[in-house]
Formats: sequence, structure tokens, C-alpha cells
Amino acid sequence: MEVATLLPLAVTLIMSPLLLGVINRTKAMVGGRKGPPLLQPYYDLIKLLGKGAVYSRTTTWVFRAGPIVSLAGCVLAATLVPLGGCESLIKFHGDLILLAYLLGLGRLCTVLAALDTGSPFEGMGASREAMFSALAESAFLLGLAALARNTGATSLTQMHAALADGAWSVSGLTLALVTVALLVVFLAENSRIPVDDPNTHLELTMIHEVMVLDHGGPDFAFILYGASIKLWVLGALIINLVLAPSAGESVADLGVALAGMLILAVLVGLIESTMARLRMPRVPQLLVGATALSGLALVLEFGGIGK
Amino acid sequence: MSTDLNLVLVMLANLAMLGSSRLSACIRLSAAQGILLSLLPLQLELAEHKLAPRLALFALTILVLKGVVFPALLMRTLRTADVRHEVVPMVGYVSSLIFGVIVLCFSFWVSSRLILPHPAPSPLVLPLALSTILIGLFLIISRKTALMQVVGYLVLENGIFIFGVALANKTPLLVEMGVLLDVFVAVFVMGIAIFHINREFDHIDVNQLTSLKD
Repeated sequence: MEVATLLPLAVTLIMSPLLLGVINRTKAMVGGRKGPPLLQPYYDLIKLLGKGAVYSRTTTWVFRAGPIVSLAGCVLAATLVPLGGCESLIKFHGDLILLAYLLGLGRLCTVLAALDTGSPFEGMGASREAMFSALAESAFLLGLAALARNTGATSLTQMHAALADGAWSVSGLTLALVTVALLVVFLAENSRIPVDDPNTHLELTMIHEVMVLDHGGPDFAFILYGASIKLWVLGALIINLVLAPSAGESVADLGVALAGMLILAVLVGLIESTMARLRMPRVPQLLVGATALSGLALVLEFGGIGK
Repeated sequence: MSTDLNLVLVMLANLAMLGSSRLSACIRLSAAQGILLSLLPLQLELAEHKLAPRLALFALTILVLKGVVFPALLMRTLRTADVRHEVVPMVGYVSSLIFGVIVLCFSFWVSSRLILPHPAPSPLVLPLALSTILIGLFLIISRKTALMQVVGYLVLENGIFIFGVALANKTPLLVEMGVLLDVFVAVFVMGIAIFHINREFDHIDVNQLTSLKD
């Protein structure tokens, strides 16, 4: 096994919390504050890992399994995604569907763990998460299907390689539609602002945060770390799509992709600073809109645009 | 800007209108659609490297009518009617968006079956024309405010326009002008009618128009 195949995974595991730091720093700077240090998410993780966990007597093994399974799902998903010029660690035909459902499995376990606490707030958060992610999933899968149709490949690594040979000049229209749809999915899945506010601790408006209220110590560290890997994985899909590798040299391309990830994080920070969170009834509209964009891209691909 | 990009932008405007509850946003979107459509005949002719002055005049007329005059008329009616939102449509916005995508797929299927006298300039023309027509019809039947139904009528006409310009590009100018005049009169009359409905009933909800007053 070459070292280069391990590189994207290693980078993901090490650098993913940094994205959260960059987003928070951007938000602080736009808001005129100094903000927490860039490495604050790492300090949080280390602090949480050193603590003990408290479990409610009403919870069962489902509650304890939730954070572990969701972290495992996110790490496995990270092995499937290429970055820059580097191929992913695991690649086979149809791995894009496995990617979608590994993330789905993690979400399912978080939702079950939230329901297991028996707290009405967490049940509310769980039902919202389940509904919104079901809508986001259709946008995600249709977008990936449009990409697969465009590149003629069903593996993320092959798709990535096919995008490199000038796909943007041939069918930039559909790729742009898919990029916008994936960006909406990226924001929704990572509970960023137009859909959910990661900072709010008002139960009535929270989605993701409310589900993990009862987790503490190492469990909460797993959840935070899993969330940051998910942020990285979905972001990497967008970056792979927008910045297809061009230098042909994997190290240089990896550098470009990493710079792209940081720019994406700054972009998310800017979106969060300039937009308000949508009202709950508007969120499905946004997600179905993203689905419509993905669907339009897929239909255009089948309609033979630009071919 | 290529024809395909133009047509996809028209389709995106359709989807945005299906998902939007603000009447002013829908009117602006229909104006944007009209401006995009006025470029369409020019793009098709430029692709063949010729540009008749007749056509430029035609495009300019479309631009002024669909991009400026109709939206201005509708905006004026909107201000006098004092309605901002389509409150409860017959079909919700999420379902409308899904319907839009289904209509798009259906149009692609239908247009793969249709046999045309001339080959279409782009594979997207026929399906997007059909889906714009169908979405216009859908807007007319699924929205309750009379103003939104006028917007739906404009979308429907835009679809017919794409169809005519792209597929029957030898249509005489006179026919096109006649159609435009019809639409102009229709929008004008509907604007006045909505104004009167609003003054008479204090709303423009068509559901309640069946209960007549003395």
C-alpha cells in the first residue's frame, strides 16, 4: 500500500476540527470580536476526553452506542472520499451510495440515542433531524447520481479523476447546479446556519444540539469529533467537484484542496454571519429546492446537454 | 451566453416561482424570464452568424414588453391591491417544487417521442418549452390570488414563446406581434380587473369570488 493512499484519511482525521475553528474565527472577526483560538476545537476535545461520563438510569446500551457508531460511520466515510490528487483508501463501484448511508447510519444512531433518553426535547430534536436529513438525502443522492451520469463513473475516486479532464468546460452548467445543491446539503447536514444554528441553546429552535444534550465527557467528544469529520467529508466532496486536480502531482493538488477546504470554511463563516436561520417551516422548502436543483442537473444530464 | 444556459436559467426561474410565496418576487422572476427570453431569438440567429434588423427590433419589443411593461403593470396592481403574500395556495410550495421536477421529467419523456419538422437547435428547447407551459398552467390552477394567476399566464405565454421562436423560427413577424398584442391586452385587462375586484371585495382571493355580493 502506498503512503499516498493513507494521506487523505490522515489529513481528514487530523485537520477536521480545524475547520470548525476557522468557521468560528471568521464569524468572530465579521462580528468584530477576537474570537476563540483557531485550535479551540482540539482543546475542547482533549478536555472532554479527560472527563468521566454520567449516564442516566433510564438509558440503555443504545444511548452509549450512539456516539461510538456515529463516529465510526464518519471515519469509515472519510476512507471513501478522495482529496486533491490523492485517491481514497477504499474504492469500489458504487461507493458513493455507501458514503451516503454510512453518514445515514451515524445519524440513525444519534437519533436513537436521543430518543433513548426519554427527554421530550431530545425527541423533538430527533424528529426534526430525521425529517430534514431525509429531505437532504434525496438532494445528496440525486446530485451524486447526476455526477455519476456526467462522469460515467460510480466510484468517488474515478469520478474525481474524470472531473479533472476538463469536465467543467464541457458541462459546467450541470456541475454548477450540483455544486449549489451539495452546498445546501453540506450546510443542512452539518447543522449550519440557514438550517440550524450551532450556537443556539434554546431548545425550541435547535435541531442537532438538542439531540446531544445528555451526552457528556468522552461521548460528547466522540460526537463533536464525528461532526467535524462529517463537515470535512461533505466539504471535501464540494472541493473535489469545484477544484478538480490540475497539477497532476498529488502533493501539489492536495495543497490546493486543503487551501480550498479552508476557503470553504471561511465561506461558511461568512454565510453564518450574513444570514439568519430560516424558520422551521421554511427549511423543507430550502431542502426540496436543493433536491429540485439536483433533479434538474440529473435530467439535464439525461437530456444530453453539452454532449 | 449559450442557449442552453439561457434555457436552464428560465427553468430555474420557473422553479423559484413555484417555491416562492412573495408576489413581488414572482413578478420580478417573470420579468427576469422575459429578459432572458428576449435574448433567445438573438442567440439562435447569432449561432448561424447572421442578424437581421427585423429580429433585433423583435427582441427589443419582447424585452420592453415582458421585461419592463408587464412587470410594471403588475407591480402597480400589487401596490394598489396591497397584498404581499400568497397565503395559503391550493398546493403547497414544497409539493409545487416536486411537481416542477416531475413535470420536467415528463416533458423530457414527451419531447423524446415528438417528431419535429425541423431539428431543434438544442436538445433542451422542446422539453423546457413544454415544462414552462405546464408550470404556467399549474401556477394558474394552484394559486389563489388573482395576481399570481396572471403571473402564471405570463409563464405559460413564455413557454409558448420558447416553442415558437426555437422550433418555428420562420414564423412571420406579424404573427408574433399579434400574439404579443394579445398578451399585452390580456395583462392590461387582468390588471384592471384585479384592481376592480380588490376595490369591490377588499381581497383578490379567487376562492371567495363565488360568493357574489349585490
